[in-house]
Amino acid sequence: MAKFDLNDDGVVVIVGSGAGGGTLGNELAQKGVNVVILEAGPRTEIQDFVNNEWESFTQLAWTDMRTTSGSWRVAKDFANLPAWIVKSVGGSTVHWAGASLRFDEHEFRTKSTYGNLPGANLLDWPVTLSEMQPWYVKAEDKMGVTRTNNIPGLPGNNNFKVMEAGARKLGYKEVHTGRMAINSEPRDGRGSCQQIGFCFQGCKSGAKWSTLYTEIPKGEATGNLEVRPGCMALKIEHDANGKVTAVIYADEVGKTQRQKARIVAVAGNSIESPRLLLNSASNMYSDGLANSSGQVGRNYMRHMTGSVYAAFEKSVHMYRGTTMAGIIRDEARHDPSRGFLGGYEMETLSLGLPFMAAFLNPGAWGRPFTSAMEQYPRMAGMWLVGEDMPQETNRITLDPTAKDKFGIPVASVHYDDHPNDVAMRNHAYRQGAAVYEAIGATVTYPTTPYPSTHNMGTNRMSAKPRDGVVNKFGQSHDIKNLFVSDGSQFTSGAACNPTLTIVALAIRQADHIAGAMQRKDI
Amino acid sequence: MREVDRRSQYSRRIFLQGAATAVPVVAAVGAVAIEDAWAADATALAPATLKTMVKVARDIYPHDFLVDSYYITAVRPWDGKAAADPAVKAMLEDGVRRLDQDAKDRHKLNYVQVPWEADRVALLQGIEQTSFFKTLRGDLVVSLYNQEALWPKFGYEGSSAEHGGYIKRGFNDIDWLPKV
Ligand SMILES: Cc1cc2nc3c(=O)[nH]c(=O)nc-3n(C[C@H](O)[C@H](O)[C@H](O)COP(=O)(O)OP(=O)(O)OC[C@H]3O[C@@H](n4cnc5c(N)ncnc54)[C@H](O)[C@@H]3O)c2cc1C
Ligand code: SF4
Repeated sequence: MAKFDLNDDGVVVIVGSGAGGGTLGNELAQKGVNVVILEAGPRTEIQDFVNNEWESFTQLAWTDMRTTSGSWRVAKDFANLPAWIVKSVGGSTVHWAGASLRFDEHEFRTKSTYGNLPGANLLDWPVTLSEMQPWYVKAEDKMGVTRTNNIPGLPGNNNFKVMEAGARKLGYKEVHTGRMAINSEPRDGRGSCQQIGFCFQGCKSGAKWSTLYTEIPKGEATGNLEVRPGCMALKIEHDANGKVTAVIYADEVGKTQRQKARIVAVAGNSIESPRLLLNSASNMYSDGLANSSGQVGRNYMRHMTGSVYAAFEKSVHMYRGTTMAGIIRDEARHDPSRGFLGGYEMETLSLGLPFMAAFLNPGAWGRPFTSAMEQYPRMAGMWLVGEDMPQETNRITLDPTAKDKFGIPVASVHYDDHPNDVAMRNHAYRQGAAVYEAIGATVTYPTTPYPSTHNMGTNRMSAKPRDGVVNKFGQSHDIKNLFVSDGSQFTSGAACNPTLTIVALAIRQADHIAGAMQRKDI
Repeated sequence: MREVDRRSQYSRRIFLQGAATAVPVVAAVGAVAIEDAWAADATALAPATLKTMVKVARDIYPHDFLVDSYYITAVRPWDGKAAADPAVKAMLEDGVRRLDQDAKDRHKLNYVQVPWEADRVALLQGIEQTSFFKTLRGDLVVSLYNQEALWPKFGYEGSSAEHGGYIKRGFNDIDWLPKV
């Protein structure tokens, strides 16, 4: 395993080891580039994972202070937990469910397709689907996505079978066990899914792709990648020419260190990445790094989400088996006749009893609540995930008072639903309930969005520097050796889950960075 | 299908066994005596305060198939927290006092003596915005439902990796769906 000197100014420093950072780190290491990944969280390995929701949450989730505002219900119910994401090596790919879908063509061109929508800060991506196709192919192969590369789909569990029966009855056509980055058969040195049912708590069989036990060890094996767990980046420094030169971080024992760098790539997920850029403000860059457009932190997207649970007369046991291997795609199309722009997916979802109690209807109590809880063994569940509109005012800022243990201002997350998001959610609630009612559900529970698992858009890509933070390669418009490598690059969110696109972009970015380094452009 | 909670089939014997493995002390003996013994062990809070809190806990999350021991387990740690922090102690004692006062004003009884749940719930609605109620409920939603011993009663099986997952234990054993 490599070990680089703090004064080695030839390394690429990546902040964060999740979907974006972990992938970029391995890809660069494979190309012979020296990489240091700074990861705020500890290195928690497969054998450490626990099949217990709260215990696992304590072990893996990002619970450092954050604040919230806005009309979203999360700000009231979970004022200091706007997002449910991971602080551990592997980032949120330790928690994630594995749903891996490509954007549709129009989802890279929302401004052209949707036109001017009041309140929405729409913009076309500077890349198109056809440009992305080869990178999607590489990402699907890397992650072993089912229903691609001749990999069979996963078998359907009880929760899927209920959803499928209802969907067919309703006339939905595109219904299957999903495109999942979970092995349905042994592949890439990892075994196949054992239907453990704790995908969100870290997959104990390793069947689910996570950078923790794929990209990162592969990168380390090249001798070109060093991962430093427990190392929280606090500030990015630059020289008199404006180029970034080093990352200041607090190490495992809380001591401040300075790692010099030839290139810095920020991949701390869409709340921490803009926070780091804003906290790196200097005399030269008084509004924060890469922020001449004023767009750093803005256009925060979290997807239109919600869940529908339904109770039946007989048992379902939805928690048995893969959490999210089931999808209805018929509503993912863009069809304004439904009363909203963009589309949404319906994906199977189950929570264990402890999380069901916490998230079914936060704050609720009394008989209506306990009667719902008592339906637990007879419940089926789905998650609704669709495109939310980017809005300039949905935004990550630095909290004016709250600071973390290093004395650095924490991120404050503001979110209001756009009327389009509300219209879409109402439609999705109706359709989700209809799926279950079609096969005899006795009750349905339209469930409020959870703290954000999909966080996107706060350092968005744009063709023109004035419209966004980074160019089509995730390279900041203002500083050519500063990159953004996570979901915060997203110009718009699309209907589908984001990670496949984050990984595809990271593979593409690695190609770009390695080329630029070789040509001595950077 | 492989069922988890088999009360409907074997009801009484299994039910008692289940409760006995879950919370050995309480299940076997008369509930009232045990409750008293438990509350008398308290160091910071008066036994009556704790007993009221247990009643409040059941009224917040009423599950008629759960014996008191689960609610006691959920509420008991408050005694330790009250011992460690006078502000917590005051918050709990004031909360219970206020609730009892409201009960006396309306029913001339202490909270625990008000016979109908609906009447007690009306009293709780009156204090829903107090930090006493909010703190108790916010804690309870974890301290009650996170007890592994009660999961089987809700048909939930908990940790599964050590049993090889559900691949051979019914992940797809649903047998009642209509043919479409
Ligand atoms: C429960 C759950 C289920 C999900 N299911 C799916 C799914 O089925 N499909 C899908 O596509 N997506 C899913 N997601 C979302 C997916 O996990 C994220 O989109 C993806 O991991 C984001 O990648 P990222 O690189 O932006 O950030 P992350 O993967 O979150 O990685 C960011 C890392 O950076 C670290 N970090 C942050 N700040 C600093 C700092 N200052 N210094 C050092 N390190 C720092 C963090 O600790 C973290 O490890 C799910 C997420 C959750 C939580
Ligand atoms: S269901 Fe499959 S993917 Fe999910 S945790 Fe289990 S083995 Fe891993």
